[in-house]
Amino acid sequence: MLEIKNLHARVDGQQILQGIDISIKAGEVHAIMGPNGSGKSTLAFVLAGREGYEITQGEVLFEGRNLAEMKPEERAREGIFLAFQYPVEIPGVSGMNFLKSALNVTRKYRGLSELDAIEFLKLAREKLKLLGMDEKLIQRAVNVGFSGGEKKRSEVFQMAVLEPKLAVLDETDSGLDIDALKIVANGINTLRNPDRAMLIITHYQRLLNYVIPDKVHVLAEGRIVRSGGKELALELEDKGYAMLDSADANAAA
Amino acid sequence: MTTEQTPGAPYLAQFAQVKAKLPGRRLSWLKDLRQGAIERFVSLGFPTLKIEEWKYTSLSPLTKTVFGPASQEANGRAEEGLRRFLLGEQPCHRLVFVNGRHRPDLSHVGSLPAGVTITSLAAMLEAEPELLEPHFGGEDQSDGQALVALNTAFMADGAVVKLAQGAALEAPVHLIFLATTQGGPAAHHPRNLILAEPGSSAAIFESYGGVGTESYWTNVVTQVKAGRNAAIRHYKLQCEGAEAFHIAITQADLESGSSYTSFVMSMGGRLSRNEIAARLNGTGVDCRLNGVYLARDRQHMDTSTRIEHAKPGGLSREVYKGVIDGEAHAVFHGKIVVCPDAQKTDAHQLNENLLLSERARIDTKPELEIHADDVKCSHGANAGELDSEALFYLRTRGLEEERARSLLIEAFVAEMIDGVETEAVRSNLRKFVSSWLPTVANGKGAA
Amino acid sequence: MAATAETVKTVKSVTDEYKHGFVTDIEVERAPRGLNEDVIRFISEKKNEPAWMLEWRLKAYRTWVERFLPASDPTWARVTYPQIDYQNAYYYAAPKTKERPKSLDEIDPALLRTYEKLGIPLKEQEMLAGVAVDAIFDSISVATTYKEKLAEMGIIFCSFSEAVQEHPELVREYLGTVVPYADNFFATLNSAAFSDGSFVYIPPGVRCPMELSTYFRINAENTGQFERTLIIADKGSYVSYLEGCTAPMRDENQLHAAVVELITLDDAEIKYSTIQNWYPGDENGKGGIYNFVTKRGACRGKYSKISWTQVETGAAITWKYPSCILQGDNSVGEFSSVAITNNYQQADTGTKMIHIGKNTRSTIISKGIAAGHGQNTYRGLVRVLPKATNARNYTQCDSLLLGDKCGAHTVPYIEVRNRTAKVEHEATTSKISDDQLFYCKQRGLSAEDAVTMIVNGFCKQVLQELPMEFAVEAQKLVGISLEGSVG
Repeated sequence: MLEIKNLHARVDGQQILQGIDISIKAGEVHAIMGPNGSGKSTLAFVLAGREGYEITQGEVLFEGRNLAEMKPEERAREGIFLAFQYPVEIPGVSGMNFLKSALNVTRKYRGLSELDAIEFLKLAREKLKLLGMDEKLIQRAVNVGFSGGEKKRSEVFQMAVLEPKLAVLDETDSGLDIDALKIVANGINTLRNPDRAMLIITHYQRLLNYVIPDKVHVLAEGRIVRSGGKELALELEDKGYAMLDSADANAAA
Repeated sequence: MTTEQTPGAPYLAQFAQVKAKLPGRRLSWLKDLRQGAIERFVSLGFPTLKIEEWKYTSLSPLTKTVFGPASQEANGRAEEGLRRFLLGEQPCHRLVFVNGRHRPDLSHVGSLPAGVTITSLAAMLEAEPELLEPHFGGEDQSDGQALVALNTAFMADGAVVKLAQGAALEAPVHLIFLATTQGGPAAHHPRNLILAEPGSSAAIFESYGGVGTESYWTNVVTQVKAGRNAAIRHYKLQCEGAEAFHIAITQADLESGSSYTSFVMSMGGRLSRNEIAARLNGTGVDCRLNGVYLARDRQHMDTSTRIEHAKPGGLSREVYKGVIDGEAHAVFHGKIVVCPDAQKTDAHQLNENLLLSERARIDTKPELEIHADDVKCSHGANAGELDSEALFYLRTRGLEEERARSLLIEAFVAEMIDGVETEAVRSNLRKFVSSWLPTVANGKGAA
Repeated sequence: MAATAETVKTVKSVTDEYKHGFVTDIEVERAPRGLNEDVIRFISEKKNEPAWMLEWRLKAYRTWVERFLPASDPTWARVTYPQIDYQNAYYYAAPKTKERPKSLDEIDPALLRTYEKLGIPLKEQEMLAGVAVDAIFDSISVATTYKEKLAEMGIIFCSFSEAVQEHPELVREYLGTVVPYADNFFATLNSAAFSDGSFVYIPPGVRCPMELSTYFRINAENTGQFERTLIIADKGSYVSYLEGCTAPMRDENQLHAAVVELITLDDAEIKYSTIQNWYPGDENGKGGIYNFVTKRGACRGKYSKISWTQVETGAAITWKYPSCILQGDNSVGEFSSVAITNNYQQADTGTKMIHIGKNTRSTIISKGIAAGHGQNTYRGLVRVLPKATNARNYTQCDSLLLGDKCGAHTVPYIEVRNRTAKVEHEATTSKISDDQLFYCKQRGLSAEDAVTMIVNGFCKQVLQELPMEFAVEAQKLVGISLEGSVG
């Protein structure tokens, strides 16, 4: 589904990604781990098409199409969803209206009929129930006055409604207490299915105790320095990112 | 006989009489400049309420009196009047002006680092007039331009502070302007120039005061030019005599990377106006205009500021607080302009007013004029009386009402004074605030 | 609630361009070009006005000529336009009919079709209950619906001309008491030349059961529209009043100089909402309406309330300050405004809150949006007079800039003469953040939809003050007004 080939990218004139190769098939969950400043969030923004994140070398193919040629909203409509690390507040715009508009443009793009307010509300309630989340997530203005945990839950809920093909979760576990973490993890697991791929970006492995990845990649200084199974996350937890110093040498060899 | 004379006319006649005695009379450029200025003043006339920036300040009490040239006869009142303005033990470079003229006997400049000149305008016009010429006569668009022109025509003295590239002055420069008017109302037109070349830094403190109860008029113009990366701290205390008129116009031209921090405390005079026009002509300028005005009795106190962001990346912060008692009338007019080129400007302005008495009055007009989109600009203004809950709280803790009021007013003002970086100036300003407080804190206005 | 849906079509069926820009081909009767005492007599005569009305007009005319005309238009507002040739416009244009139609069936079918096209139903039987409409076509009220039903409750809702005939005592008592005939340049011009408008009187204790609505349409060429509205809410009464405006697309500028006077007595409330969608001119600033309007309300009685809500998206130039004079103790004034200027539109709009009585309160919420080359100024006065003990004002002015060629300006005047007052003013200016835009795009929304959504969110506080269906239409209008502003 997603092919990242020798990806180099630049932000504000600074080279952040220095050659990344990842291949994710439908149904797979990959985790990307790495210390602060390793380029994790940059990768997320490059995939979503944020302005100012420039691909300088290599390419990213999504279902065979070159992402670089697609606008951010086009990628979204094609089924790429980014759960933001810091979801932005949009005062005055109701969460319900926002999400309904987002869902309907996507449905329209895919040739499906648009949902009216009542149909949408029904769908939203189903998803909330499925995820065990509170209805107030759609009653208030988008992310306005949400706690850190509510913002993260809201992102997972939006993912559930929009049903993307590829979900990129950027540190969706950061800043959560253990109960909130379980809710978010449960949400992610619920949405896991054979047609959907997920890329979980995280600093710590604790989310991976609940969401078991098929593959783990370790990112450092803009490169994948190690790839492995779920046990790699545990090893990292055990030894800390200091182990990368030797790992780096291995990768280079 | 001259019943229909305009208020400006007497000054034209005065000019004809005194022009031959003004400093720099042998300089032809200055002669032309003065002549042009008096003509400009006469054609513009005194500002009236019809000018938006003068909407709330009527100069009619000022224009009713004709102020003559200041007498230079020495009288013994200066020494006595000077005392409370002095910075005490703290080192400083001091220039004293009495009735508009430099008094070397009262001044004490002390030793200066290389590249720093502190002298009087009159002396500079004798010694190195060519250094001054480029700084006069530029296009003046200030709101009080007529009064700037009048100052230019009559300017006789003032301070010149010149900082060569990279010069750093540690002790503050203290400029004291004292009026000891006797024998009829007199006008002084001091002209100050602060020229800071790239990378230089200094703190300047202007103090204005009067001895006695007679009427006089201080019409001062101060020009500040801050070169690239220069850092100027500019303080002012206006504590003129009770019957005095004080009009001050400060123009600050700020180049890239420079910083300009101004603090003005106004408390004296019958009618006063403090006008500041700061132009951020380069990128990345840091401009801060702060101050307090303390008005009581029948004082009229006007603060008028204009911050013009002409280039990108500028930061401006402005906070003015006023305490108004008796039948005083305070005016705050603060304008922030962001020019089309000035993207990434970050500007904030706040004006807070405390009304202490039934007949106290405030007119405030904070104003934003924004022509660039990628900016963060905001302003706030408020007016009201002391927080009754805070007052009540203090009284439940055993304080008498009068004491509690005084404490709250002091806190309101102290917050501003505490922000003054130069210690000697800060403690001097505190002294003046504490002498002012007992006269208002008794709550008599409460009736 | 679905009741208002029909009227609301004022601003409905909106597509790419100014939808209301068509011209109705109809025979028009005009006064001669220009303004002089004869023209005023002509207008007055046409309306069969009593002598006192004519005298009042003439007094205003003389004041205008002697005091205002020599000094020219007001220049203090931040708007620029070429000098208007006041002698080159028509001051009276009316659809030609023998006399005022007795029933809707007598109205020229071309007119009815115009209103149908605009989405204003004039046939009562086709309307859902809930909205009574007075339609003003050029200078003349063409139809007032639901009159009889309202009359049963003692509510008077009719054209201004009719009120002068039928209720002269009320008109004489209140006309010009809030906006005097010599108030300002445009109000004085209006007082001399006003052609028609709406009149409302709500008797004591009556809560008007439906929204009252006036719909203004300028059709004729080179014609100024000078309508005059007078609304009186007697003790303990309530009325909600809506006004909508459109005009054809023409290359010349047309003048609209209206006057609205509101009066509330003890415990009464008037809620006045405007959706102003006059033709704004084309994308190069050619044509469009000059909307120079004086609106003012007097809260005469204790505990009375006047709230102004306006959505100003149209007009080439808007010059308008709906104000409240808070005379009655404990009276309340509110002003909520959305003003959008795109292309070359200019707006200088705001309010005045004059606190006279004790415990008077006012709230000002202003949302200004500038796009294209638009210039958008908030200008507002809060004045607390010496006797207004415990007056309260809260003002919030937010400006949003879309693009780097436009301007947004905030000019508040705060004058406090009573220490017990508490006056707070806050203002911000910013643009839509890149973070917000990207977040919306990542969810699949186009840049234009995202901007419309964010701007509507920015305006929400004001839009929610509108009757519900109007709010929905206003939201769409916001989107349309911003078209072409997203690069």
